[in-house]
Amino acid sequence: MTAVLQLVGVTQQYGEGATSVSALSGVDLSVAQGELVAIMGASGSGKSTLLSIAGGLQRPTSGEVIVEGAYLSTATPRELAQLRRRSLGFVFQDFNLIPTLTALENVTLPLELDGFRARVARRAGRDALSSVGLDAKFDAYPDDLSGGQQQRVAIARAVVGGRRLILADEPTGALDSVTGEAVMKMLRTRVDQGAAGILVTHEARHAAWADRIVFLRDGRIVDQSQRVGAESLLAGSR
Amino acid sequence: MSVRQSLLAILDQGPCYGYQLRTEFDRRTGSTWPLNVGQIYNTLDRLERDGLVEKGEVDEQGHVYWQITDAGSAEVRAWLASPVERSQGTRDELAIKLAVAATLPGVDVADVIQTQRIASLRQLQELNRAKYAGRNPDGPEELAWSLVVDSMIFTAEAEVRWLDHTEQRLALHPQHAMALELSTEKPKRGRPALDRSSGEGHSPDSRSLSEGRSPETKRTDDADDVSARSAGAPSEVAR
Repeated sequence: MTAVLQLVGVTQQYGEGATSVSALSGVDLSVAQGELVAIMGASGSGKSTLLSIAGGLQRPTSGEVIVEGAYLSTATPRELAQLRRRSLGFVFQDFNLIPTLTALENVTLPLELDGFRARVARRAGRDALSSVGLDAKFDAYPDDLSGGQQQRVAIARAVVGGRRLILADEPTGALDSVTGEAVMKMLRTRVDQGAAGILVTHEARHAAWADRIVFLRDGRIVDQSQRVGAESLLAGSR
Repeated sequence: MSVRQSLLAILDQGPCYGYQLRTEFDRRTGSTWPLNVGQIYNTLDRLERDGLVEKGEVDEQGHVYWQITDAGSAEVRAWLASPVERSQGTRDELAIKLAVAATLPGVDVADVIQTQRIASLRQLQELNRAKYAGRNPDGPEELAWSLVVDSMIFTAEAEVRWLDHTEQRLALHPQHAMALELSTEKPKRGRPALDRSSGEGHSPDSRSLSEGRSPETKRTDDADDVSARSAGAPSEVAR
């Protein structure tokens, strides 16, 4: 299995000297293609910091982040921005869609920013929206969509154009349990199709969709569950 | 388990013979609690004794069709309209284990909790896998079964939430754990005076668990008695 994401000895400190606080201490983590890893831990354990660093939104105090072979520590801001557009997809609790753009425009925006021709971007955007079951909603605005539909648009945006690393921060937090489960199933399906994913959640029911569950406490990985068998959680028979 | 009431509710839909009743029960619970035909007939005999069902027609293959009486239909309506009272008397092995572990000097309860958490999450993963394996859980034949799996999923999740809660409470505890050394005080034989006024004929642990809610406990005991006659507790059957 090829690692899509690697964190090596990642440490994040805030402040200096005696008053400094470690949000993360020496975290090693690797996520392979086709693998979904859940991060669990109490509030303040460092879950969100880990996700920000994995996504290149924040540089760690020390340690290395490697996304699809690219070392983020030596990347320029321009290269980082390009990496975020091409390799990474974020899914947030509150969807973060742009309200003045249609579903399709929200999905194609990162591709257009990356210089793709509009026609190519639209084709990729339609494919991504179809893959999350939103064929009939290309031209709908976020306000006209339910919470579950908005989160599906966000997942489509996270995977459009062959991006392979999905970083999800409590993606079901604003959804009812049935809709949340449908969103988790969709996320799982996308990972099975060749992406890699990190899921930050405090809900065990959703963490159970992951192949592996990593526990953070006070910025350290204290434990992780064994990887579930090579077959997908969705495959196999009863 | 409410096998008795479930069978009665099925018969309220129309007369069935014994084996047919078993199939109908399995179909509606996704074969999660398989019943043998002997259990079915035992239950039918008791329902007949209580005047809730009666033997009806016999078909050419010799199947005896059981049909519900008016009293039986009334019991079905009463069952559907009333909440299920969870039994109070059973000991929660995990709660007792953690409570005791928290008082043992030199034992890190966080480790005990984490071991349990991993096991519960593994169980959740397996339930999730079972729910989605191969078939559509919203399909007509699968829905009943997946509702039962959902109930197990939410129970397992509740356990993990409770473990998280316990871990945080213990972490905030001033001594981190209660670390009780063996007491030097020698307890006197017999029950403590405080408890002697309440509850008669109960063992000390069941009395303390039911303190302050004796009317409900009484009702629950009755309900337990009924279900205990029909079948084992759900946990026994499910496992």
